[in-house]
Formats: sequence, structure tokens, C-alpha cells
Amino acid sequence: MNETVPGSSNRPGTVASSRLARRRFERRQKRRSTLIALTSTLVVIGLLVTLIPQTPGWYKVKRSFFNGEVFSETFPRLVDAFVKDVQIFLWCAPCILVWGMMLALCRSVRTPALFPLRLFAAAYTDIFRGVPVILTILLIGFGVPGLGMDRPWNSPYLWGSVALVLTYSSYVAEVFRAGIESVHESQRAGARSLGLSSGQTLRFVVIPQAVRRVVPPLMNDLVSLQKDVALVSLIGPIEILRQAGIDKSKFANFTPYLGAAIIFLAITIPETRFVDHLMARERRRTSGTAIR
Amino acid sequence: MSNTITPKISLRSVEKSFGDRTVLNGVDLDVSSSEVIAFIGSSGSGKSTLLRCVNLLESIDDGAILLDGVDISLPGLDPDPIRRRIGMVFQNFNLFPHMNVLRNITLAPRKVLGLSASESEERGRDLLRRLGLQDRAEAYPDQLSGGQQQRVAIARSLAMEPEVMLLDEITSALDPELVGEVLDVVRELKGNGMTMLLATHEMAFAREIADRVCFLHQGQVLECAPPNELFVSPKNERTQQFLQRVIDSGRL
Ligand SMILES: Nc1ncnc2c1ncn2[C@@H]1O[C@H](COP(=O)(O)OP(=O)(O)OP(=O)(O)O)[C@@H](O)[C@H]1O
Ligand SMILES: [Mg+2]
Repeated sequence: MNETVPGSSNRPGTVASSRLARRRFERRQKRRSTLIALTSTLVVIGLLVTLIPQTPGWYKVKRSFFNGEVFSETFPRLVDAFVKDVQIFLWCAPCILVWGMMLALCRSVRTPALFPLRLFAAAYTDIFRGVPVILTILLIGFGVPGLGMDRPWNSPYLWGSVALVLTYSSYVAEVFRAGIESVHESQRAGARSLGLSSGQTLRFVVIPQAVRRVVPPLMNDLVSLQKDVALVSLIGPIEILRQAGIDKSKFANFTPYLGAAIIFLAITIPETRFVDHLMARERRRTSGTAIR
Repeated sequence: MSNTITPKISLRSVEKSFGDRTVLNGVDLDVSSSEVIAFIGSSGSGKSTLLRCVNLLESIDDGAILLDGVDISLPGLDPDPIRRRIGMVFQNFNLFPHMNVLRNITLAPRKVLGLSASESEERGRDLLRRLGLQDRAEAYPDQLSGGQQQRVAIARSLAMEPEVMLLDEITSALDPELVGEVLDVVRELKGNGMTMLLATHEMAFAREIADRVCFLHQGQVLECAPPNELFVSPKNERTQQFLQRVIDSGRL
């Protein structure tokens, strides 16, 4: 038995020593892959750092994109402006999730009487998925305030957000629908055979499984929403992208854009990692042995 | 059969087709209370479809299905109150993977029967104890063996306190050594007087547990008799052929 344990150097036949050997083997395996990853990363970075400065245009690029002075001057302002982006994101995201789920449910209804609802939802997703976000923002952001309504109703924040919600809910609806359809028919049969109504089956059995399955693609959409919020600046609000543009003109330097990029990353990367972590925890909780 | 006692379940020339494929072609059968009926027949003969029709998971095209003398197959009837009285267990368990064992069992009693959380939990734990699963209440379906999963599925069905149980090849997805533990549960149900309709490929088990064994062929019940008659001296030629094949493959 001990022969099958790789790297074992202990007396054969004792269970304890076999377990020990296995652990040692796994630890060594892990250490080795970490080492490989680390070395290859260092080599790549080293090459970039030594090679790029030797290019002819490097000096100019460095001055206009990596200017420390401009960076420290503009960065705090950018952070302030980014608060707007986060705000828009925070009120859009829940609306998108709720409205997207409603659209997905409309498309998944099976009662023939509700066919018009299905048709509406299908047409809606086709239209808003097919038009670039930026056009929807421009059309709604300039079109609706043109109706000449009074104060809160002519705000570019409002109509920019509405445009984002309209577009992104169509993306999210498709994601939810795929999730709902991926739940096997036998799950519905199991639930219905217990006497649960079709609504209860959807609510307690189908949707919870559907949502768990679509969290990764959903997260994708939310991260791109976080980025597309910057497009709202096209109809007026001074958020981070616009602030960076203003500072770029003021200093005749591109460094503010770099600052803006860093700020975006500082929020989108943790967002994604956090969800990965939640998913992994859920998987550990409900599943059997993870397959390597 | 006695005429004075209403059968628990009656099938009256039940017909069902999918597209132009006729799957049930006039099935007639009366099942009295506490009777155990085993359906046997080759793959595709319509056993699952028949059980699904009784549970109203499929609508029938013609004929009638009566529960306690009341037609439950009328179009437009709300199926939910009827399904409450008829439990069904599937070949592939159909447990809800996102809920632990106890939640799987208590969901329907709470949402359908309106039991409180503590009442339904007590009922669930009682059932788990009866089926020898008391220490797996918090586990998730994927963390259980096939036999355990199927016993949970049975418990989930029993938690609704059904009057009739439909068991569709409940041991087919199990390793041979796990079959016994599930069949033990079915034996116990019979001991408690549960009316059961079961589709099975386990001839030995059908022989042991069924009051009557019905041979299904091309959507018709060709022969229905106590196991000692049907397995020993089948009258219908098709039944003889089927049993011969079963014997040849060493499954009897
Ligand atoms: N939803 C469906 N749509 C079309 N055909 C179906 C459907 N369900 C079952 N059938 C067909 O009906 C016939 C009977 O199927 P059924 O599942 O009832 O057979 P069975 O006796 O349970 O077989 P097995 O022993 O393999 O489980 C088969 O020919 C099958 O292909
Ligand atoms: Mg079947």
C-alpha cells in the first residue's frame, strides 16, 4: 500500500506514516507550483522593466503618462469624482437586478394566456441588447430632458441612470433566463409532485438554483456596468472620466487617465474576488468532494 | 373485485400519446386501499408515463383516473390539492441540491400544508429517524450516497402524509449493495398499509412485495395477477416471452 504513496520514505505498512508521507507530498507539490509561478512572473516583469525604457519614445511617454507631479495633484480630485460613479452604480444595480429578473420571468412563463407578456419581454431584450449603451444614453439623456420638464425630472443623472438600467436589465434578463432554463425539468417534477404550486416551485426551487448558477456571468455584467457608468459623463455629470478629461486639458498631460484607471481597478478587482470567494464557500458547503 | 367498496384508484381506459406515438393505449385497473401493485414490462412500455399520469404530471388524452371515486383527470382541475394526497418518488431522486436534507423534507409541509417551522421539523426528524438517517439531517444531497438520497426522497414524499405512493424504479440508479436499504423502507410502508403503485425491474422484489403484478406491453396492461400466478404460470404469450427474457438474463 505504501508503494502507491509517492515520495514516501517511511517504513512500509503503517497507516500513520502513509498519511504523513501523503501530507508531505502535497506540501511539496504546492511549494513547487508556487515557486514556478513566482519565478515566471519575476522574469516577465524583469524583461518589461529593462526592455521598455530602451524604446525611442519612452522618455516622452513617461513624461505624459507617468508624471508624478500631475498624479499627486489630480488624484484626490479624481477620487472625489469617482464617488459619483459609485453612487450611480449603487442605485442602478438593484434596479437592474430586479427588473432583469422580472423580464426573465416574463420570458419563462408557460401559460398560453400570458403570451403577450412573453412577446413584450422578448422584444424588449432584443432592442436594448442590440443598441450600444452609449447610443441609448445619448438618445435618452438628450431626448427626454428636451421635453422641458421641471427640476428633478430634467436631471442628466436620472436619465443617464435610466438608460443604464434599460440596457443592462436586458443583459441581465438573458443571464437569468439561461439560469432558469438550466434547472432540469425533473426538479420541477419533484416540487410539483409534492403539491407545490408553479409559483412556489419557481420561488423556492427553480430561482434559487438558477441564481446560484449565474452569479459569475452576472458579476461580469456588474463589473462592466461599473465601467459603463463613466459614459453618463457624455450627457453632463462630472464624474471621474470627465474630471480626468478636464485635468488632462488643464495640465496637457495624460496622467489623470492613468489615475482614473487605477481607481477603477481598485474597486472592480476586489468586487470580483469577493464574489469568487462567496461562490467557493457555497460550493464547499453544499457539494461532495471537490474534483481537482 | 368487490363492487360495494370504491377502489382507492381506478384507471378507466386511459390513453396518452406524445405526438403520434401512443404510449398508453387503454389502461384499465382498479387498485383497492392498501394494495401494492407492481408494474413490470420492457423499457418504453409506458410504466413511467402511467405513474406520471396518475400524479397529473402528464395530462391524459382519453379515459379517466379516479381517486376515491372522484375523477381527478378532468381538464381544468387544480392539480395541487390532488398531488398533496399522492406522493411520488423518482428514479433519480430529484432532491433539491441547494437545500439540506431537513429543508428538502420540510419545504412542502410548510409551504403547502402551512405547518409551522417547528412542527414540520419535528415531522421531518421523526421520518429521518424512521429511515435511519437521523444524523444526516444537516447534510446536502450531494454529500449523501445514492441509497441515502433515495431514502431522503421517500421521506420528503412521506412528510406530506400521502394516501397513495407512486414509486418509479426507485432502485434503478443505485449500486446493488444500496438497493436493500431502500427496499426495506418500501417493505415498512407496506407493513403500515400504504397503497402503492410501483414500476420496477426488480422481479424478485415485485414478487415479494406486490399483491398484484401487472405486465405492461405497448401501452396496455396485458395481464394482472398475484405474483405467484403471474411469475409461475403466466397466461399471456407476451408475458411468457418477457419473463423468459428476464430469466435468460438472470434477473429472476
Ligand atoms: N415527454 C415525452 N415526449 C415524447 N415521448 C415520450 C415522453 N415521455 C416518454 N415518451 C415515450 O413514451 C414511451 C414510454 O416511456 P416510459 O418512460 O413511460 O417507459 P418506461 O416503461 O418507464 O421505460 P423504462 O423502463 O425504460 O423506464 C417511450 O417510447 C418514450 O420514448
Ligand atoms: Mg421509466
